Amino acid sequence: MEPFLPYIFMAVMLVVYLSSVPGMIIIERRLSAWLQYRVGPNRVGPFGLMQPMADALKFLSKEDIIPLHVKRWLYLFAPALMVFPAFFVIAVIPWGVLTLNGKEIFIQIAQTNIGILFILAISSLTVYSIVFGAWTSNKYALLGGLRASAQMISYELPMGLAVMSMIMMAGTLRLEGIVQYQMDTVWGLFQQPIGGLIFIITAFAETNRLPFDLPESEAELVGGYHTEYSSMKFAMFYMGEYCNMLTAASLITLLFLGGWHVPLVSSMGLEPLTVQIIQIGGFGLKVALIMLFFVWMRWTLPRFRYDQLMHLGWKWLIPLTLANIVLTAILMAIFR
Amino acid sequence: MPATVKKIGDKTRDTWLEQSYLIPVIKGLLITIRHLFSRRLVIEYPEQKKVLPPNYRGLHMLTRDEQGRPKCVACEMCSTACPADCIRIVAADGGWADSREKYPVKFEINELRCIFCGLCVEACPEDAIDMTDMHNLADYTRNDFIYDKERLLAVYDAYIKLHPEKARRADRPFKAMKHSSNFTVSDVEAANRNETKAH
Repeated sequence: MEPFLPYIFMAVMLVVYLSSVPGMIIIERRLSAWLQYRVGPNRVGPFGLMQPMADALKFLSKEDIIPLHVKRWLYLFAPALMVFPAFFVIAVIPWGVLTLNGKEIFIQIAQTNIGILFILAISSLTVYSIVFGAWTSNKYALLGGLRASAQMISYELPMGLAVMSMIMMAGTLRLEGIVQYQMDTVWGLFQQPIGGLIFIITAFAETNRLPFDLPESEAELVGGYHTEYSSMKFAMFYMGEYCNMLTAASLITLLFLGGWHVPLVSSMGLEPLTVQIIQIGGFGLKVALIMLFFVWMRWTLPRFRYDQLMHLGWKWLIPLTLANIVLTAILMAIFR
Repeated sequence: MPATVKKIGDKTRDTWLEQSYLIPVIKGLLITIRHLFSRRLVIEYPEQKKVLPPNYRGLHMLTRDEQGRPKCVACEMCSTACPADCIRIVAADGGWADSREKYPVKFEINELRCIFCGLCVEACPEDAIDMTDMHNLADYTRNDFIYDKERLLAVYDAYIKLHPEKARRADRPFKAMKHSSNFTVSDVEAANRNETKAH
């Protein structure tokens, strides 16, 4: 049983993450409609729940157009590169812990000592996909790609620095270790309010969600980097975006919302396995709530202007995170 | 006494709180979450239909007199008034047998050219042309949208069947008829079928 566990987790996690993408699409479409006094797609199936299936069928059956002017291999490579890191980072995200036969098993495909570094490294590969897709397509896409590269580079810095303060407190790069540290003390958001807030802001920027969707900005750049993509290749960009959102939401939960820690549940005198299952459910709930927050935010705010984006990134977030690190270090030196 | 100049809006920089966008973002989030719990402003069309205003200007119709003839006397005031120039009338002498001097041999309205301004209805001295609330016109060719005299009369027949009280309307407040949103293409088609059966 034991050696097969990673494979079981792999199968389960892949299924859960893959199937939550269409789930997110229907939730986003309905919720966005409700936020704008509309009703949203409600025709396909009960309450419109089959809408993502209809969308997927449409994407699969649409004509796959490859424009003549593109560099073919780069054009085909870009959507693949969008999906690959999005699913790759799932490998190190822990969902919880289970005690089986007296052994603690983390629900995680790969246990590494550098979990958070791994995620930061792999998820920044997404920008190459956007730049490649933009470079081969056309002028609008190229503008989107340029914005994307500038945006992702300038927001990866404060993201890493915001995580840094939390890593300093926890003293480990292992995600399960950071969660354990929060269970022993309090949730990261209360220990590092500035770091947490900035991490959430940069997570919006890294996933290209509004108010940071300048790479796409459909009002100005047609469709941004995926202007020239049709059918399933467009759908892959779409899937990659939602999967990136899922990993970003998982990261926010793990780093700043206590991971699978559910308050008071461990002191209720339940069996350890029950507690652990409740905790896994709690992790899922937190991730889902953050996803809803992503949607809520998207349909509230307009897009940043480009100079505002750079202003916020370089003049606000980076100095704030640096100051936060220094402050954390000083406080740690005094109180420990 | 020197005039005091009060500077308005001389704030060149936002405060640091405004620059951080935090408070505005929270305000915006509260506004959108309030939308979530309010009434939906959607009419789900095929099932629900909008209640149209009483003076709605839709498809035209040619009204009939007591003897079932078109009331129109082919004075061409409607086609003169029409800003879109979409009404074409061919008049003919009514003769002594008919009590009218002139009557329309042809009366065509191109509903694709029509801008539904209602000026023809205003211009008509005989209340011969009027508008229904039918707005869901659909057809296969452009020529199908040129409504001839028979079709316009059929529109009247179908409309009057639904609203018998509208058959005599000498003293009405509005030129345009009171409406009902139940009036559709199929009503006109049914009326057309009855027409052809009668012939």
